[in-house]
Amino acid sequence: MSGPVGAARWALLDAVAITGRDISHWVRRPLPVVVTLLFPVMTVVLFGYLLGGAIDVPGAGNYFDYLLPGMFALTMAFGVEATMLAVITDAAKGVTDRFRSMPMASSAVVVGRCSADMLSSALGLLVLVGCGLAVGWRWHEGWAAAVAAVGLLLLLRLALLWLGIYLGLLSKDPGAVIAVQILVWPLGFLSSAFVSPQTMPGWLGAIADWNPLSATANAARELFGNPGWGGDSWMAEHSVLMAVVWPLVLIAVFAPLSVRRYQRLSR
Amino acid sequence: MEPTIFAQGLRKYYGDVPALDGFDLTVPAGTVCALLGPNGAGKTTAVRIFSTLLRPDAGRAEVAGCDVTARAAEVRRRIGLVGQHAAIDEILSGRQNLELFGRLYHLGRRGARNRADELLERFGLADSGGNAVSTYSGGMRRRLDVASSLILAPSVLFLDEPTTGLDPRGRAEVWDMVRQLVNTGTTVLLTTQYLDEADQLAGQIAVLNSGRVIAEGTPDKLKARIGGDRIEIVVDEGQDLAVAGAALAAVAGGRLEIDTRCRRLSAPVADRRRALYDAVRALDVAGVRTEDVAIRRPTLDDVFLHLTGQSREESLA
Repeated sequence: MSGPVGAARWALLDAVAITGRDISHWVRRPLPVVVTLLFPVMTVVLFGYLLGGAIDVPGAGNYFDYLLPGMFALTMAFGVEATMLAVITDAAKGVTDRFRSMPMASSAVVVGRCSADMLSSALGLLVLVGCGLAVGWRWHEGWAAAVAAVGLLLLLRLALLWLGIYLGLLSKDPGAVIAVQILVWPLGFLSSAFVSPQTMPGWLGAIADWNPLSATANAARELFGNPGWGGDSWMAEHSVLMAVVWPLVLIAVFAPLSVRRYQRLSR
Repeated sequence: MEPTIFAQGLRKYYGDVPALDGFDLTVPAGTVCALLGPNGAGKTTAVRIFSTLLRPDAGRAEVAGCDVTARAAEVRRRIGLVGQHAAIDEILSGRQNLELFGRLYHLGRRGARNRADELLERFGLADSGGNAVSTYSGGMRRRLDVASSLILAPSVLFLDEPTTGLDPRGRAEVWDMVRQLVNTGTTVLLTTQYLDEADQLAGQIAVLNSGRVIAEGTPDKLKARIGGDRIEIVVDEGQDLAVAGAALAAVAGGRLEIDTRCRRLSAPVADRRRALYDAVRALDVAGVRTEDVAIRRPTLDDVFLHLTGQSREESLA
């Protein structure tokens, strides 16, 4: 088979094979997957039950109702380190070089990485939704709005996936993943994930408002009908719009950077 | 014979540092060529250019008749690459690795499975095919790594330091494997720091230093460059050295070297078999008792030190 149709078919089959490789990883080594799935659940329990009593929810309400959309967004950010680690490991083991020396579609490595990571994030989201339902969180605006919220959350994940790929191609040292693991936390705290930016000092609140995590978290709150969305800043008022714009901006920056970085491997 | 691997004037710089600096090579089809050189000589850079992983800054490289930059996709269908690290997935089983690569070589699901079976059998991994690669020994990993490179039965195989980090048994396994491959007509380019490895496996050796081939030829030809065989005698008693020297001088031509501390004599010989016979007889007639009599061929270590030592002096000058 030849021509563009044949090439596209091979690119698809190659991407399926690469995705299948990651799924085989989960089956053969389930522990890291379980930890990744349960860590956000632990965080919800920790913040909800231990700290939640001391936190004021804007407009009064259950803290879990406020926290869950924030944790959904933060869980999408946790995915960066998984993507990055996978990219670094393949490069360090020479697997990336083997792929590059094979007559396969070069897009397949990235597309396969994307689909495997999106699958695992969707699974993580599902587990966290289950956890939320168990602690009393609900959505109130119907299925369509809820699905839209999930869509925005996964869009954020897709954007951060490109960030993860870029960081993975940039660093050769698995130790860099630890730095990202740590840095995710201040990024998470400096957003509306745990507390409303309105409770922060003005300048800090403004930074938190501009955090892409806040946009997605607030948009999810709005679409799920949970408290805490909206506010007096422009960013806070347009969170659904920003939850689309921010990820698109991140993709527009990091996807070309990653592609260029990948091509530069042959320089 | 048509060359299967060809390079002319290859140059590759990392910043200002030349990794390859006018690299030329011609390897005929169905032969084994060893790139021999110290760390940083440019061996890996050359292999990475031939296997389409790196673009040269200047010069031309062809593999199986295809230019490596202009027709990279065609080159990739004809080569196998075994890098310095075993490029296999640690979490997957050996079989899963081979099936994954088989599918990426577009053999289809069933085709990939059948090919995996064949290769596991051929490389003695049939019993451990279902186990995770992380449980494999170094030699087993290397065999799986090579098997993964042979899925399409490539006409050219690149082996970048295939035995680095292996124990003697793993090394012997890899050597056997390379010999089998050559019997099936595969052209092999291997890099090594081990001189005996090049001597054992390769019909042609290119000695690399500072990004350039400084000597090339068969192992025998390279050895001949620093002189041929020598006869070496170690006598029992130091006072016999003079008598032994006279006896040796009569049978071996050329200049005699005497090491009194080790009670050793040596001299170049033209015909190694004849020289040994004559020397033993002459020593017997002279009544000299010997601890050791041997014909020593120069090793590749000698060649290598001779060549690189020389060029090191040149670069210092």
